Amino acid sequence: MGPTGQHGSQGEPPSVALTGGGGQAPGALRAHLPGLEPERHVSDWGRSELVEGALDRVVYDFLYHYWFRVEVDGITSVPVDGPALLIANHAGALPADAAMIAKAIREGRPGARPVHFATDRRFGTVPGLDMLLVKAGGVNAHPANLHRLLFDEGQLVLAFPEAGPAQVLRARYRLRPFQRLEPLRAALRAGVPIVPIAVLGSEEAAPVLGRLGLSRLRRLPLASALPLPAKLRVRFLDRVAPGVQIDAETLGADLRSLIQENLLEMVSQRRSVWLG
Amino acid sequence: MTARRILITGLSSQLGGRLAQALERQAEVETIIGVDSEDPRHEFARTEFVRVAVERRPLRRIIRAAQIDTVLDTRLLADALSAPIATIEAVNVDATAELLAACTGPESPVRTVIFKSSAAYYGCEPGDAAFLSEDMARSHAPRSELERSIVAAEDAVRDFAARHPHCRVAVMRVAQEIGGEGPSSLLALLSLPVVPGVLGFDPRLQVIHAEDIVGALTHAASADLDGVYNAAGDGVLVLSEAASLLGKTLLPVLPPWGTGFAAAQLRRLGLRVPVELVRQLRYGRGLDNRRLKASGYRYRYTSREALIRLRAQQRLRPLLGSGAESYRYEPDLEEFLRWSPSVLTVRERRDAGEGDPPGAGPSGNRDGAGGGFDALGVGELIDLIPSLEPEALRALHRYETEHQQRAAVLDALERSLARKG
Repeated sequence: MGPTGQHGSQGEPPSVALTGGGGQAPGALRAHLPGLEPERHVSDWGRSELVEGALDRVVYDFLYHYWFRVEVDGITSVPVDGPALLIANHAGALPADAAMIAKAIREGRPGARPVHFATDRRFGTVPGLDMLLVKAGGVNAHPANLHRLLFDEGQLVLAFPEAGPAQVLRARYRLRPFQRLEPLRAALRAGVPIVPIAVLGSEEAAPVLGRLGLSRLRRLPLASALPLPAKLRVRFLDRVAPGVQIDAETLGADLRSLIQENLLEMVSQRRSVWLG
Repeated sequence: MTARRILITGLSSQLGGRLAQALERQAEVETIIGVDSEDPRHEFARTEFVRVAVERRPLRRIIRAAQIDTVLDTRLLADALSAPIATIEAVNVDATAELLAACTGPESPVRTVIFKSSAAYYGCEPGDAAFLSEDMARSHAPRSELERSIVAAEDAVRDFAARHPHCRVAVMRVAQEIGGEGPSSLLALLSLPVVPGVLGFDPRLQVIHAEDIVGALTHAASADLDGVYNAAGDGVLVLSEAASLLGKTLLPVLPPWGTGFAAAQLRRLGLRVPVELVRQLRYGRGLDNRRLKASGYRYRYTSREALIRLRAQQRLRPLLGSGAESYRYEPDLEEFLRWSPSVLTVRERRDAGEGDPPGAGPSGNRDGAGGGFDALGVGELIDLIPSLEPEALRALHRYETEHQQRAAVLDALERSLARKG
């Protein structure tokens, strides 16, 4: 409680000369992020330590160790104490893959930053869901949000760049084109490395058998209500440090084929869907 | 610093009055003239008050005659509870146009316009960035008359800036105020025994302490700011966190669907929840306040600290009364104090070691509300002490010596008093 500083108006002169209210050096604002208040249990993004901790103890821990028996490969690609964009294939109607990737990093890479999930911007209007996502570490995939996370705060951001709704089981492990390119653009702009991730087992864990519905746009997925206990393998591929010239579309296509290659290899080596 | 001869509009509001008092302390400021249509409620040492409506002709005459170089506009109404909507539109749109017209003209001496705007300019939209920055335009059309009037006011100011390139124009988008007196729908909500929320939403909330609004506007004048700046305390809280900082429970009584209708029903119970607040309770809003910090301003309070002070204020209100100042504006007296040769200047008075300013004593209902004070434990009370003004400290000290005489409390009070004078 009480004053934390003094009025700049009486103290030091302005450090940055501003004209016209714009045109600043790109890193000029990074030094002015709000300080940490150790008494708080909620981040400025709305992420809640308490909710996250409870979820981790009650749900993630069980799923990670006993239900999916997650096996992790190449965790060293995730930078310790530095920003990165994590890109993974995404599957199923009730996806647990995001939480499992974050858990894998938490368990296997001590010192790495907490993972923020880039969430669909439509979720913002759904009562309950948005609140829970935000408290568990979700951040609306607005370009400004992604830039602040990656460039200014230097966090880890996990995004699923595949287009459209989850594919049906028939088409499993065939990646849809990468059309949600905002995260890639943000990573290129911020100049942070990208870690591609191939996740095996998520398609069988939450299979979409087919789609119901009359309207072509909103078709309900026909899926199991609970995730099935498929064996989950998470392979972190080598870190990619994109050059300056490359554009997000080309980069997206490259990353997609890289993840696709690894997925096919993992599928061919797998002996059992349930035992791995 | 180029602001030397300053015109303040809205002098009689709490913000206008505090701002004038803060500028009076700056030696480089030669002249402060305040206009308003009501009597001022603050005591000024050298600010001159002119009772005049915001119209171009009288203002232009004042500006020319006093060679005003800086206009500080604090009038903007940003809360639906502050006035009927017709008044808000008149103040925000029509009067802003009049004021800007008064600053134009070939031989206008005005070189700086500082316009207090509001973060309500951005509205609350679910798809917006989590930290709205100054260069982001509104993503949607205004959702209410109030927002429309704020957007129109800013448009007029932007037009003015484009047509007067020699003139510095600073627009300060201020977050919701904590610690002020003005009517505020958010404060009304937070002062209820339980804080109502919308089921399924825990919106992000960023506030600014009243002192920091004064500080930011003073800084805008002294640091010659130009362009748009957000002013909001560090740290974005969520509503449930804010409620627990105030020691209250968040009760999600508003349904996620038909919220507007439910809010309209609350009005019958005496709680008015305007449409902007309904949207804020759903989607929340956070601001990127770094541009102002990069210009050299240091906030005194974070959002969290502002709420802790609000808690102290809410607890002590029954003890110390409403805190309404006993100052009353008397034109003859003010004229005497300013122009009579018998009156010594501020500096001379300070040298002569004169005591407290008149009218700073505590309000009278102190004894009747001892229950609220006694209910606080020693530790809690000592936590509150740093946030109190000297006169409140003196009142508490008197009360404590007359009643319980706890040594720890008296000691803390005395130490704090010695520090603050």
